[in-house]
Amino acid sequence: MKALRRLCLAATLLAASACRQDMHDQPRFEALEGSSFFADGLSARHQVEGTIARGELQLDPHLATGRIDGAFANSLPMPLTRELLERGRERFDIFCSACHDRAGYGEGMVVRRGMKQPPSFHIERLQQVPLGYFFDVMTRGFGAMIDVADRVPVADRWAIAAYVRTLQLSQHATLAEVAPESRSKLEDQR
Amino acid sequence: MAQIFHPSFNTISKVSIFGAIFFLGAVIYGWDTLLRSPYATQVNVAREQPVPFSHKHHVAGLGIDCRFCHSTVEESAFAGIPATKTCMGCHATVWKDAEILEPVRASLRDDRPIEWTRVHDLPDFAYFDHSVHVAKGVGCSTCHGRVDQMPLMWRVNTLNMDWCLSCHRDPAPNLRPRDSIFDMRWDPDTLDANQRAQLMMDYHVESMTDCSVCHR
Ligand code: HEC
Ligand code: HEC
Ligand code: HEC
Ligand code: HEC
Ligand code: HEC
Ligand code: HEC
Repeated sequence: MKALRRLCLAATLLAASACRQDMHDQPRFEALEGSSFFADGLSARHQVEGTIARGELQLDPHLATGRIDGAFANSLPMPLTRELLERGRERFDIFCSACHDRAGYGEGMVVRRGMKQPPSFHIERLQQVPLGYFFDVMTRGFGAMIDVADRVPVADRWAIAAYVRTLQLSQHATLAEVAPESRSKLEDQR
Repeated sequence: MAQIFHPSFNTISKVSIFGAIFFLGAVIYGWDTLLRSPYATQVNVAREQPVPFSHKHHVAGLGIDCRFCHSTVEESAFAGIPATKTCMGCHATVWKDAEILEPVRASLRDDRPIEWTRVHDLPDFAYFDHSVHVAKGVGCSTCHGRVDQMPLMWRVNTLNMDWCLSCHRDPAPNLRPRDSIFDMRWDPDTLDANQRAQLMMDYHVESMTDCSVCHR
């Protein structure tokens, strides 16, 4: 009798220690996890039409669309600072340089491997376009170029736009425009 | 009553009790080794993917930054996996008709995401956050290895708790300046002990080993 009881206890213990993965895979969804519940197989639902997600309400058309009264704005919706341009450079190198190259001539690595060549930022036409135009190209795409709105937030898109303008100015700068303390350095390099 | 056991059994019984301990030890050791073997942890085992996406080609070959595709890695827990649209930004023109890219085109056509096989996946009871590691100076290659050398993705670390803790106990040797986070070639030996201590101070890094940090 005692032996039987021991055997039962051992069996129960063994059963209790069996491998269950409930805590490893809990009834909640991780980001981008699939779901068999919805027909499209996604766990994350698309935003309902006509609604605005928290933090995405845009009351300022200048900031959100690059336009003022329907025409492209030629100014930044935020103050121009050194940090903004540094941020713009960083983001440009991440999201644009693969095609446009780091100086904006449109000779990035991907173009050399067969991507359609984008126009150089240093041609007359693109030098003349207002700042809001760059923002618009990033937000809505342009021809063969897809938009980057899903990956680059609004503020960063403006930082990039400001940096593109900086690149344009840099390629046509004269020595007289360089700050005096940096001038001698450039002259040395000549 | 006659003796059942010969006196020599005294020795045998001692040896067998002693031996049982070793036997048990060996079983436990063997089990532990199995759990830590590549077979169980999948370390260094490349995964099949629906599309043979190569980090080697895209990162080392084309020089694309991690954030081009994993764009939320700096501000959220989840690093992000690129949408089909991101691939098609290039592949609508580059290698436009290649057979291996058919699943990508089909995904765009049918509006169904590509189902990548996960390579890193912690159990749901452990919490992990990319943004804090990036902000505190832990680079991608510290945890994911030389991704730019991987034709298919594999894991270089076990993701076991003792691996997390080995760094959380003493993070200093694993820190790097923030501007090198995405640099795959960064070499930890470029910093000496003083510079690491300085990074610990600059980035306010503490040793975090409370259970509730990761089990919340
Ligand atoms: C995948 C490659 C690729 C990437 C990445 C890319 N572009 Fe482009 N871009 C193009 C191509 C190709 C064109 C030309 C499109 C056409 O004419 O059909 C273009 C055109 C442009 C134009 C010129 C539009 C005009 O009026 O001619 C601007 C401005 C521009 N891109 C800005 C950007 C910025 C800013 C980024 C980074 C956020 C970026 N691009 C990222 C490929 C790219
Ligand atoms: C061109 C887009 C692209 C770029 C650039 C890119 N990745 Fe990826 N990455 C992907 C895709 C797609 C996957 C999913 C398929 C796979 O696992 O190979 C992925 C998967 C991963 C995974 C494994 C995810 C999992 O399943 O656990 C890691 C880790 C990773 N990438 C790290 C990096 C790092 C680090 C960089 C920068 C050096 C980088 N990636 C650059 C597209 C990209
Ligand atoms: C910035 C442009 C760009 C993006 C974005 C991009 N690719 Fe590519 N991809 C290329 C180029 C260029 C090649 C050709 C490589 C070469 O010629 O060395 C290529 C090659 C490939 C190949 C076949 C060659 C090989 O062996 O690697 C596959 C498969 C592929 N890409 C998948 C993807 C997937 C999946 C994505 C989305 C996660 C993606 N690519 C995103 C530019 C890109
Ligand atoms: C401290 C270690 C660590 C660092 C540093 C790190 N990762 Fe990860 N990564 C992980 C772990 C752990 C997972 C699995 C997360 C999970 O299952 O929830 C992961 C998962 C991923 C994934 C799959 C998607 C996800 O978030 O689950 C991608 C993509 C990725 N990492 C890319 C990167 C990139 C790019 C960097 C560099 C900025 C990076 N990781 C830095 C540990 C790290
Ligand atoms: C290479 C070093 C390293 C590895 C490996 C590592 N971590 Fe960390 N982790 C850090 C550092 C550094 C911090 C920042 C500590 C601080 O804020 O002072 C951190 C912070 C965290 C935090 C945030 C704490 C908070 O409340 O802000 C979590 C959660 C975390 N790690 C989870 C993990 C998990 C889970 C793993 C294993 C899968 C892991 N970490 C592996 C270095 C590492
Ligand atoms: C730095 C993050 C971190 C900290 C701190 C941490 N853990 Fe963990 N723990 C993990 C991870 C990640 C796993 C999952 C490992 C795996 O993949 O099996 C884990 C797994 C476990 C498991 C195993 C569950 C199983 O099914 O195998 C237990 C039990 C556990 N932790 C308890 C603790 C306790 C108790 C503490 C505090 C003393 C603690 N952990 C602190 C990250 C952490």
